[in-house]
Amino acid sequence: MREITLSQAVNEALAEEMRRDERVFIIGEDVAEAGTPFKVLAGLVEEFGTGRVVDTPIAEPGFMGIAVGAAMTGTRPVVDLMFGDFIYLIMDQLCNQAAKTHYMSGGKLNVPLVLRTNLGATRRSAAQHSQSLQALVAHIPGLKVAMPSSAYEAKGLMKTAIRDDNPVVIFEDKLMYQDKAPVPEEEYLIPFGEANIKREGTDITLIGTSSMVQVAEKAAEILAREGIEAEVIDPRTIVPLDEATLLKSVRKTSRAIVIDEGHQSYGVTAEIASRINEKAFYHLDAPVLRMGAMDVPVPFSPALEDVTVPTPEGVAENARRLMSGEMIHAA
Amino acid sequence: MAKTKTNTEDYLQMYRQMVRIRTFEDNANKLYLDAKMPGLTHMYSGEEAVAVGICEALKVTDKITSTHRGHGHCVAKGAAFKEMFCELLGKEEGYCRGKGGSMHIADQSNGNLGANAIVGGSMGIATGSAFTAKMLGTDDVTVCFFGDGATAQGLLYEVMNMAALWKLPVIYACENNGYSEYTRTEEIAAGSITARAEAFGIEAHQVDGQDVLAVNTLTQKLVARARKGEGPFFLELMTYRYHGHHVGDINREYYRTKDEEKDWKENRDPIIRFRGWLVSEGIASEDEIEAMNAEVRQDAEQAVDYALNAKYPDVSEVDMHVYSDIKHALA
Ligand SMILES: Cc1ncc(C[n+]2csc(CCOP(=O)(O)OP(=O)(O)O)c2C)c(N)n1
Repeated sequence: MREITLSQAVNEALAEEMRRDERVFIIGEDVAEAGTPFKVLAGLVEEFGTGRVVDTPIAEPGFMGIAVGAAMTGTRPVVDLMFGDFIYLIMDQLCNQAAKTHYMSGGKLNVPLVLRTNLGATRRSAAQHSQSLQALVAHIPGLKVAMPSSAYEAKGLMKTAIRDDNPVVIFEDKLMYQDKAPVPEEEYLIPFGEANIKREGTDITLIGTSSMVQVAEKAAEILAREGIEAEVIDPRTIVPLDEATLLKSVRKTSRAIVIDEGHQSYGVTAEIASRINEKAFYHLDAPVLRMGAMDVPVPFSPALEDVTVPTPEGVAENARRLMSGEMIHAA
Repeated sequence: MAKTKTNTEDYLQMYRQMVRIRTFEDNANKLYLDAKMPGLTHMYSGEEAVAVGICEALKVTDKITSTHRGHGHCVAKGAAFKEMFCELLGKEEGYCRGKGGSMHIADQSNGNLGANAIVGGSMGIATGSAFTAKMLGTDDVTVCFFGDGATAQGLLYEVMNMAALWKLPVIYACENNGYSEYTRTEEIAAGSITARAEAFGIEAHQVDGQDVLAVNTLTQKLVARARKGEGPFFLELMTYRYHGHHVGDINREYYRTKDEEKDWKENRDPIIRFRGWLVSEGIASEDEIEAMNAEVRQDAEQAVDYALNAKYPDVSEVDMHVYSDIKHALA
């Protein structure tokens, strides 16, 4: 199968959906001729014109609000939010307006909108361009949240998101834009709420989101050399969450580590770990561990930044401790 | 008043709609005072000529966005009493199946995209609705209602900028009732409100919001021009709210005098003024007007009775309409 980058995968997904449905349009800062600072959208304006690849002023709440109203009245906007950190600026439009409109109207109004943005530290971009804020939006009923872990997922999830009648937030890892993965030439969609078992194993379940799937896979390789067989699962969407697949795995392995790049406290890892505790408690041989980003603003210095995010070695080390029983009576 | 319309039916319709709003509000206020309505509500009484003058210049397919003080816009855009009272009382047959209440009534069938409990929260939505009209090539115009208090929100300036750049068919209608909650407008708005729109190159008008014909005549012209791509436009409608900020705001003398209220009610009431004009122009007799008032009163009483006895939604609806494609979000 051919291999393309995550950036190309997103671009293809958008182009295919814009060809299929002329109500789909892109709106955001420097999305047209510039194709975004990450060049993900390069070439789209040539095919679809500035009427459908719409450059905006630097006014995140404004263009987010416009997208909400456009979605409510019969178009299907894909909003480009240059950095995930800017979600704070659009919180009212996203969480008070987009997320609640369908419910508040008793099901009469829909907001078929995709918010494309990114996450991920270690790009030496410091505290306001490095955050992974998926927990913030996953907390809000009415929003769906997708977290592609490779070019393959990025394309399939994007196409599903565009066809969904609800507001969907997609977080792409900005460090993965140039990473290649096999992506079929034929059209495919990845349904929401279906986790992907990336690697089978019997001893411990590693649940990772976005680029943390690779971290989990690398940890599994390290562990395999030591005779520990880890199962690696990618939920692909955290809302809706494929609980059944996660629980089935944990019931088999009896141990789990949940890895996500958002801050650990009150985060995605906490939510998934707690669901496992509630629903698979008697199958567990050890506490379910959370591994999120350190609870500090992301520092600039590489010496500091690198210790704030989960690493394969860190995951492997925690897995060993769980396997040895060391953490059963941990304080 | 300027006599610009020649159609008797149109005049009588405007009168009736103003009376319907006033009557609706009198009944809503009574429901609150009798402790039969859950929560609080914001009365539109006194401002009727604004909503009616504007909405009578619109087609059913034209859109509006509304505010926390939204019953007037909703009635003026064509909503029925029964579904409105049911919504106010949280009943299943309400416009939003009781999920929205007073501050969130949406009536999509008449182009009302919904009231909004976030001050200024719908400015993006209205502008986005106009974006849809332009993108899909419909000739729909969108009117964005908001108060003088909402002019302090930054979102307004972000979306006016884009609306002006993209020549969107949107009319920003600022209902200046002199107060932002319990604070005089002079204390929260520096400079001129219309000049703010003019700074974006948007044609702006200040108009007597107690004169339904003046509002209607001007709006008709602007709507026609907006349909031809000459928008956006901005209106500042000088008006007054008769009740407190909400129904529970009874003792108001610390922020406005009884004399001031009396003056507006006795000398500038939009319904009394228009009624006088209808009679003096020979368009309707006092008897005909009284008959119309009685009919509206009866209509409202019946709707209130109906709503009081109507069913609440089944509790199983609580997790419905969170997502359009998932029947019960928590199942
Ligand atoms: C973002 C936000 N801030 C504050 C409030 C509380 N609040 C509700 S109505 C209101 C005053 C709004 O004044 P104005 O826009 O002039 O409308 P009016 O009530 O006069 O119709 C305030 C402060 C709110 N609902 N939303």
